[in-house]
Amino acid sequence: MTAMTVAVVGAGPSGTRAVEVLVRAGLRPVWVEEAPATGGRIYQRPPAGTTRSPRDLYGTEGAKAEAIHAAGDRLRAASDWRPGTLAWNIRPGVLDTFRAGRHETVAFDRAILCTGAMERIVPVPGWTLPGVFTLGAAQIALKAQGVAIGSRVAFIGTGPLLWLTATQYLKAGAAVALVLDTTPLRTKARAAAGLLADPATFAKGLALVARLHLAGVRVIEGGTPVALEGTDAVEAVRVRDRRGREHRIACDAVGLGFGLKPESQLADLAGVPFRFEAIERNWVPERDRAGRTPVAGLYLAGDGAGIAGADAAELAGARAAWAVLEDAGAALDAAEIARLDRALARLPRVRAALERAFPYPSALAARTPDATIVCRCEAITAGELRAAARASHVTGGAAEVNRAKAFTRVGMGRCQGRVCGPPAAEILADALGCDVAAVGRLRGQPPVKPIPILAEAAE
Amino acid sequence: MSTAHDVLILGGGGAGCSAALHLARRGARVVLFERGLVGSQASGVNYGGVRQNGRHPAELPIARRAREIWARLPELIGTDAEFEVTGHLKLARSAEEEAELAGYMEVARAHDLPLELIGSNRLRERWPWLGPRVVAGAFAPEDGAANPRLLAPALARAARAKGAEINERTPVEQIAHDGADFVVTHGGRTWRAPVALNCMGYWGGTIAARFGEAVPVAPLAPNMLVSEPIPYFIEPNMGVVGGDVYLRQIRRGNVIFGGGRGASDPAVPWARPLPESTLAAMARAVELVPRLAGIHVIRSWTGIDGEMPDGLPVIGPSRTTPGLIHAFGFSGHGFMLGPGIGAILAELVLDGRTDVPLEPFRIDRFALGSAT
Amino acid sequence: MRLVRLADADRPRLAFTLDGAPAEALAGDTLLTAILTNAGHVRASEFGDGNRAGFCWMGVCQDCLVWVDGLGRVRACTTILEPGMAVRRT
Repeated sequence: MTAMTVAVVGAGPSGTRAVEVLVRAGLRPVWVEEAPATGGRIYQRPPAGTTRSPRDLYGTEGAKAEAIHAAGDRLRAASDWRPGTLAWNIRPGVLDTFRAGRHETVAFDRAILCTGAMERIVPVPGWTLPGVFTLGAAQIALKAQGVAIGSRVAFIGTGPLLWLTATQYLKAGAAVALVLDTTPLRTKARAAAGLLADPATFAKGLALVARLHLAGVRVIEGGTPVALEGTDAVEAVRVRDRRGREHRIACDAVGLGFGLKPESQLADLAGVPFRFEAIERNWVPERDRAGRTPVAGLYLAGDGAGIAGADAAELAGARAAWAVLEDAGAALDAAEIARLDRALARLPRVRAALERAFPYPSALAARTPDATIVCRCEAITAGELRAAARASHVTGGAAEVNRAKAFTRVGMGRCQGRVCGPPAAEILADALGCDVAAVGRLRGQPPVKPIPILAEAAE
Repeated sequence: MSTAHDVLILGGGGAGCSAALHLARRGARVVLFERGLVGSQASGVNYGGVRQNGRHPAELPIARRAREIWARLPELIGTDAEFEVTGHLKLARSAEEEAELAGYMEVARAHDLPLELIGSNRLRERWPWLGPRVVAGAFAPEDGAANPRLLAPALARAARAKGAEINERTPVEQIAHDGADFVVTHGGRTWRAPVALNCMGYWGGTIAARFGEAVPVAPLAPNMLVSEPIPYFIEPNMGVVGGDVYLRQIRRGNVIFGGGRGASDPAVPWARPLPESTLAAMARAVELVPRLAGIHVIRSWTGIDGEMPDGLPVIGPSRTTPGLIHAFGFSGHGFMLGPGIGAILAELVLDGRTDVPLEPFRIDRFALGSAT
Repeated sequence: MRLVRLADADRPRLAFTLDGAPAEALAGDTLLTAILTNAGHVRASEFGDGNRAGFCWMGVCQDCLVWVDGLGRVRACTTILEPGMAVRRT
């Protein structure tokens, strides 16, 4: 048992709790993290010497952030901690990594992938202009760098992160030019019953909205972004309110985001099957409640296995580590596992309510104007994608996104379709007149992120 | 329900789609079957070289024929498939390799292939970015490269426009010969024709075995990479003696290169690049073009081709079953030949003959010496 | 566009160069912060559709790649500035 090597990829809430359980069981896992420190994106650390308190930095989640940071600090020495390490490929028993200018393989018996989430986008005209960031970017800028993305910021999108980031900016002293939620108030109200299953989260949400209104911030619910305008950088946003009236609002930065999607490229390369999660409107890797995948020795936890949030990620990370121990025949803490299982079982209902409260605006994505860039890496427009959809009809067979990628280069660039994947699928499905699940998902290819061409083939 | 055709084409790669087009253009009633989408395997995920330079002498007549069709692609299929005549530069990294380049000049002359042998100094005058290990090169100005993702689908579209029936997602699970016709059944439908073309790449071996002429075909998964876009400077498509690296840059700026092999399992089918091959190809690419050091690789890929022990495809009539014609096992260099193979197959079917010598590609060449 | 410092602005100042010109940022800054407090963009799209200034700030979109002498190609949003770094945008 002690000879077993477990690799944990990611040091956010789920990775940290996974490593904690493994270390407590007497193992010394290999802990691979791309960032220099533990904490993940949600609890990303501020620069050394910050004068801000955890409460300033993480709001109501300050205590949780502190706990995750403390656990991370404690566990680094107890594990084979590899910060600044990109795991760019996975195959049976081996991670291929790049760290400090060198390629290295990491052998493992079992691996837990805790690769987190990223933002989901709708390609609004002008979204590639300097000054336009994701909501997550706006939040990380403030939290981890003490900077605002601009001096007058418009926040556009939907989801809890929209309201949270806008409030954090307001609190930090930034000027918030606009908060536009594409979800109408009535949609959120309808979902409220489900959200009451988690009254704390619900109350936090209401407080955010109230705070923005109190501060006199311009708020549009059920609105539509029309264009982000500017020549060298974003200068204004044009939006439509729910009555269809158009407004032009000056700003020098935009935070844009429409919910989250799993960062699941390594699971894909490992051969884990994916299924379309209709409520979340995401493709998610298959796993059981404990995080076991159909691929032997491979486990998933946290948002990388399907969006569930930071609290759920902590539970799922610990649970996946217990699954590893269980499958390896190690001694188990049955009471602890039962506690985790009970807590995890409560999650889907809250999650479903949240997704219903803030649905991805698929119709808006499907209507992306022809001239608008969808794939920002390769500068491929919605019009090119639609033309390919028509062309693939001619060869016959149902078109799907990988075919569109082959014909147009959509999703073929540096980010491998992470950013353009969801809207490209919506545009394609709409052009073909089929369900978005029917056009499939972009397949991952190694390396999951770019790696440099080196003159020497590594060890 | 049964439909009568003139020709059944098994496999929707470059060879099969091109055969469908050439046959349909001459009025034949053609039906093509492709398990996935046309051009999904070796034909769609290869390096994209349109190269005559350095080919086996036996293949040069086909390559010359194909090259003539490549020049006419826009009129034939409505797209050039991003074919660009950049020239192909085959490089030597040692005196032995240079001698091999010199030796090939005779082959090129015999086949009217324009080819120029270039020494170290002139090589650097023309392409100053070449690395110090390169000692000589052979430049074929007619060669170039194209986008493999576009060719087979465009051939299929053009074939369909000429009346060919193209069936994607239609695996040939059942094929029989009833004495007069080949009969394919799938999903409750039946197709029959007196002629069948086996253009199934690696899986062509299964069809050959099904008709009693098994051949030693092995899966081949070339390991290929593409870089982020960088300013365009590498004009020629490049290879080396020995073939352990090949490299080209497209106008958009990406450098496409490869070398070594990936992993594959044709039973699934499944193929995946191998990091060891990826890193080795990077090192060799930097050796050819030192300026590439540090540039990001953004993607790697592979696909499954069929490789024959002598590196030459099987092309020509079955020795066991009249009406069956093979064209498979292109051993990693069939993309360029595809358009020509279709023309040759159409001649074999409709004229009973072709001017291109096919003797070296006989299916029974492997049985010689063992089948006693 | 410019990033605006709202907190932790009293960190030690670090000198670096941006495309050869002297520039200054703060200890603990990522290269993205360092660049965008000094300039309006990080890179130009290779396909003629204009400048880019990062997007996701979490190392996934790959739209903030820059060169650093001695380090090579890096994601500006996840690379911490070191004193004296020579950062090149092209």
